[in-house]
Amino acid sequence: MSLSIPERGWYKAPAGAEKLWIGLALTWCLVMSVMMPYWHFRGKQNSRGEAYAVTPAAFFERADTFVQANKVGERDGIPIVEPAPGGDAYLVARMWSWYPILRLREGQTYRVHLSSMDLNHGFSLQPLNMNFQVLPGYDHVLTLTPTSKGEFTIVCNEFCGIGHDRMFGKILVE
Amino acid sequence: MTSLTATIPTALDAPGAQSRHCDTTGLKVCLSSQSFIKLSAVSAVVFLLLGGIAAILLALTRWQAVHLLPVDWFYRILTFHGLNMLIFWILFFEVAILYFACTIPLNARLFSRKIAWAAFAMMLTGAVMVDVTILVGRADVLMTSYLPLLAHPAFYLGIILVAVGTLTAVFNFFATLYIAKRDRTYEGSVPLVTFGALAAAIIAVVTLLHGAIVMIPTFTYSMGWTPQPDPMWYRMIWWGLGHQSQQVNVCAMVAVWYLVGHLATGAKPVNETVCRGAFLLYILFINLASAHHLLVDPAVGASWKIWNTSYAMYLAVLASMIHGFTVPASIEMAMRDKGYVKGLFGWVTALPWRNPAFSAVVLSVVIFGFIGGITGVTLGTQQINIIAHNTLRITGHFHATVVGGTTLAFMGLAYYVIPLIFRRDFVWRGAARLQPWLFGGGILMVSLGMSFAGSLGVPRRDYDIEPSGAFGPASHLFLGIMGVGAVVAVTALLLFCFLCVGTLLFGERNSGRAMAEWGAAQRLPGVREGLLDHDHWAMKGTIALTAVFLASFAVYYFANWKALADVWPVQ
Ligand code: HEM
Ligand SMILES: [Cu+2]
Ligand SMILES: [Cu+2]
Repeated sequence: MSLSIPERGWYKAPAGAEKLWIGLALTWCLVMSVMMPYWHFRGKQNSRGEAYAVTPAAFFERADTFVQANKVGERDGIPIVEPAPGGDAYLVARMWSWYPILRLREGQTYRVHLSSMDLNHGFSLQPLNMNFQVLPGYDHVLTLTPTSKGEFTIVCNEFCGIGHDRMFGKILVE
Repeated sequence: MTSLTATIPTALDAPGAQSRHCDTTGLKVCLSSQSFIKLSAVSAVVFLLLGGIAAILLALTRWQAVHLLPVDWFYRILTFHGLNMLIFWILFFEVAILYFACTIPLNARLFSRKIAWAAFAMMLTGAVMVDVTILVGRADVLMTSYLPLLAHPAFYLGIILVAVGTLTAVFNFFATLYIAKRDRTYEGSVPLVTFGALAAAIIAVVTLLHGAIVMIPTFTYSMGWTPQPDPMWYRMIWWGLGHQSQQVNVCAMVAVWYLVGHLATGAKPVNETVCRGAFLLYILFINLASAHHLLVDPAVGASWKIWNTSYAMYLAVLASMIHGFTVPASIEMAMRDKGYVKGLFGWVTALPWRNPAFSAVVLSVVIFGFIGGITGVTLGTQQINIIAHNTLRITGHFHATVVGGTTLAFMGLAYYVIPLIFRRDFVWRGAARLQPWLFGGGILMVSLGMSFAGSLGVPRRDYDIEPSGAFGPASHLFLGIMGVGAVVAVTALLLFCFLCVGTLLFGERNSGRAMAEWGAAQRLPGVREGLLDHDHWAMKGTIALTAVFLASFAVYYFANWKALADVWPVQ
């Protein structure tokens, strides 16, 4: 009885079906544990958390240099910027926009730097549904390889104040 | 036992002890702990009611076709809902469980009324401070209040008070256990329910210390006394509070499963060692701090994430899987012992389904296990988190654990707490029998609607998904399902609150007689007790159910790896 003092000698090794279940459950836990390191080495999608300390001002300066050097157009007053394949790209998150618009090539790999000027923001790439956290003070680097063409929307999915639901950005893949 | 303990002043059956005799169970009830169980439980239900009103406002806003609240009130009410539900309702109810578990089953009196008063006063003051600060619009920072978002200092101070108050109550619990052991008010080991509560209390201490570590510098910063703590550090420590406290809830919930299973069917653990061992695993392997919430964060590396997600092995998950077997197995064994031996599931139809505590617990086990557990482990897998972080999948997951699981189990327990502790029989018993089904069904829809919408990328904590243009009709459909489920669930929540309040005011007193029975499983005529005690394979229905569970788990888990493999390569 779960509410009364157990009888003396309650210590018993598991037996029968209970023992079998513990064995099965343990095996399953082991499988799940192995999956993560396995994917770390063999899988293509990982979050390694590569990041460097950076002040918001310094990050913005780098991003702006990047924009000036690689600007290829403009949409609604926001620059469209195309980084060199294999090169660095910068994406600034701030209340309440993503800056600039990135234009990438399918199959090329880029180092995309994410950081925030103010609060936490959430980088959520739709409709792919890939999500990463963006913090002020951290230059979060994603090594990203677009494998599909089209226009992708960055939605902010970390609460960042009253304009949070209207904080969008774009990534164009050609 | 009476003869042994009659001379012990801290025992409840000692002459002149502040206790009464329970006319239903025959146990002695400590009058001090009874008053604090009452106070805590009543406060808990008040916070549940507040959180429930907030819930319907939120759901009717996220249901895009209704879109009820203006934007500032949406985030305000979201902050309010998270704190009143996850922190206040749950903590006050858990304190009630602790006071129960350390006194009545151990025949021991509460260590100190003064400390209990101090704890209660701090918790209540803190909670009221937090709620007022939110409602006057000075803390639109959501429950997590991630820095550099900043709320009014009263908000942080309120949370600190709640945390310190709860710690004080937990101290009272430990002190009571200590004097009970010292004075030998009972002989042998503590009952399983107390053991589960003890596990919950130990984890609670670790959790609440994290809360203090993160909230104190945030409070001093909000006062302008100290510099701003690092935002990443804040996330890491805050989730040491936020995530580990969920393990407290799981422990308390599982203890309630065993308790109600016993009250309604006479179930006893198939193997005490296994059940206790599983609780021990929770304490030892509660995944360190906060990793589950930082899986796609910068500055914490892959090995840190992988190690802390699994603690190298998922032994806390193992613990839940063990309880997921032993709870139904113990119930099945009790039923078979009573003579319901036909086929795999012959015993199921004979279960006391009209007992609302029992149906609440069964639904709690099923929703927690099949939905909450499976989604939780999958979403908490380091890489899979990339396709789930901060989407509504997360909210869908924890509405299956902490609402469909813990909250529903606690509601079920209330169907015994009120008759036994407040000594009034429930009013509107027909409605009470229906209530768990409504709540469980509603929450199931809420959880599934959220989960599917989240799979399509719909963010959590988002006022309006329309402007982005990124979400199509399917997303709206799932948000609609969530909305309809929310109407059902909140109706059931209000019904629960009305039943409780109605009973406290108008319920018939049952002092001097046993409580009105909800319905318990009956032994078939002529069946002798204990025939199956040594058959370790008799729980055939449970074996079948857990096999289905494991298969569903594996399918869902690998389907998510497949979905992950389909997105862009990223390192
Ligand atoms: C009665 C039925 C309930 C309904 C219909 C409901 C509905 C909701 C909705 C619609 C949200 C907002 C989702 C978003 O936009 O991100 C939410 C958030 C939340 N709910 Fe509930 N809820 C209910 C009960 C509960 C209970 C009992 C608890 C805890 C014990 C709880 C804990 C939470 C938490 C922690 C959040 C997240 C707050 C945040 O993101 O800051 N809910 N709920
Ligand atoms: Cu944002
Ligand atoms: Cu945002």
